[in-house]
Amino acid sequence: MSQVISSRVDTHRKIAFLDATAGVLAKHMPAISAAIGLVVLWQLVVWFFKVPAFMAPSPIDVAHAFEQNAGILWTNTLPTLLEAVLGFFFGNLVAILLAIWFVHSSTAEKAFYPIAVFIKAIPIIALAPILVLIFGNGLAPKIIIAGLICFFPTLVNMVQGLKSASPAMLDLMRVLSASNSEILWKVRLPSSMPFLFAALKIAATSSVMGAIVAEWIGSSFGLGAVIIEATYNFRSPLLYATVVIAAALAVVLFFIVSIVEARMIRWKPTGSH
Amino acid sequence: MLGAAKLMPSVPRTEPAATAVSIRNLSVRFGDRSNEFTALSDVSVEIPEGAFVTMLGPSGCGKSTLLRCVADLVHISDGSISVFGRSPREAREGRDFAFVFQDATLLPWRTVLDNVRLPLEVGKHAQSGDHADPHELLAMVGLKGRENALPHELSGGMRQRVAIARALITRPRILLMDEPFGALDEITRDRLNEELLRVWQETGTTILFVTHSIPEAAFLGQNVLMLQAHPGRVKEFMKVELPFPRSLAVRDTVEFIRVTAHLRGLLEECL
Repeated sequence: MSQVISSRVDTHRKIAFLDATAGVLAKHMPAISAAIGLVVLWQLVVWFFKVPAFMAPSPIDVAHAFEQNAGILWTNTLPTLLEAVLGFFFGNLVAILLAIWFVHSSTAEKAFYPIAVFIKAIPIIALAPILVLIFGNGLAPKIIIAGLICFFPTLVNMVQGLKSASPAMLDLMRVLSASNSEILWKVRLPSSMPFLFAALKIAATSSVMGAIVAEWIGSSFGLGAVIIEATYNFRSPLLYATVVIAAALAVVLFFIVSIVEARMIRWKPTGSH
Repeated sequence: MLGAAKLMPSVPRTEPAATAVSIRNLSVRFGDRSNEFTALSDVSVEIPEGAFVTMLGPSGCGKSTLLRCVADLVHISDGSISVFGRSPREAREGRDFAFVFQDATLLPWRTVLDNVRLPLEVGKHAQSGDHADPHELLAMVGLKGRENALPHELSGGMRQRVAIARALITRPRILLMDEPFGALDEITRDRLNEELLRVWQETGTTILFVTHSIPEAAFLGQNVLMLQAHPGRVKEFMKVELPFPRSLAVRDTVEFIRVTAHLRGLLEECL
């Protein structure tokens, strides 16, 4: 009897799971069919116009490249992922700490904000060789560039987020004789979270871009190096495969940040009701 | 509701009342010398302990500023304020008063219960043991069962009830309220007015209540402090001759209408 019940529960669970999957599929059906349609169109264009593979490989060629270069792609994805993740971590950490300092000292803000803007204004592609000269050809310059790319949007958003606490909220904390650190931990930091995550989502994708751009400058490993090598050797299918992996990496990081955001922020800002 | 009486230090009303807030020759000026603005000029008033005083006046008369001076949120230019014989700053640090703002100012990421408990977590006196039970307070303001709700799940009136419960958690001797029901609809406002009177009678807390509504000022106040503008100064400190306990029905009596008519007349003189 109990077996019957448990198997029934199991079936219910399976059905619920299938329902959920079907629901997700149904929700994203337009996006999925559009993507499949574009890939098919690409294949047809390559076939119809007899485009040579080095100029623009067909999706089938790219799939073959994945299969043939699985080893190369895998060993070069790992360092790029590591650089992007470390750059993401340190770039955002420095930005958050700096933002906290700016909010507590307007002198610091006046002194260093313009410098931050100036650093942001330097094209990353121009900065990469300088950092390679200073830090050599290892992981360090790539992590720094990935970090620099993350740094600025997070700094701007975090400063705004920390200042987003309403004057009434700060009055309340003053009436309660709260200290500056209590105001920071209980009011400013929590109210900055939506702003922070908006920046972290940008940083998640751009950190991968930063790592790859850094690898273009005389690197012997990483997806950036594979891109350069595949381009110079006309190995276009491999080039495309690398691009697909780089994009997938950025999308995965973006989703991880989105999931963390959904778990952390369950409240709605006061203005939104 | 009867249980609430033991929540607060109730003030025996038979004794001659001591002074809760004493304001002497208070002036407040904003801005620098070239562009100075006098918000309050030579204001003197004594608020007895346990009183319910409503503050009324045309906009720009400085009634909110006066309240914020008592709460040590605004710098005093001249004169003095004493709260139970102490400076506003000492009174603030000693948690003599609590403040209720026009906006509920709840922390949106905290549950109702955690919002009510906030005053116990911050400030120098966070650890001192003497405080009310948050569950009992929420029951008193009619929010039993909503302890774990988030502020955005509540209506405006409910959020303001949470703010009142939060203000009462430290058993303040004075409750400073700055147009707390100003943003609410009239029905909610009426109910909260009645409930506030009930809370006042159960707790014996001194209440200073800023409003821009004449009926609200007359219905709630034992006394009405009328201010006039440019510069903000006292027009009249008058007693409202209506018996307690008051219910909403009192507003339909001739006596009540006489009070509001008098207040309206004073307000027009201010313009």
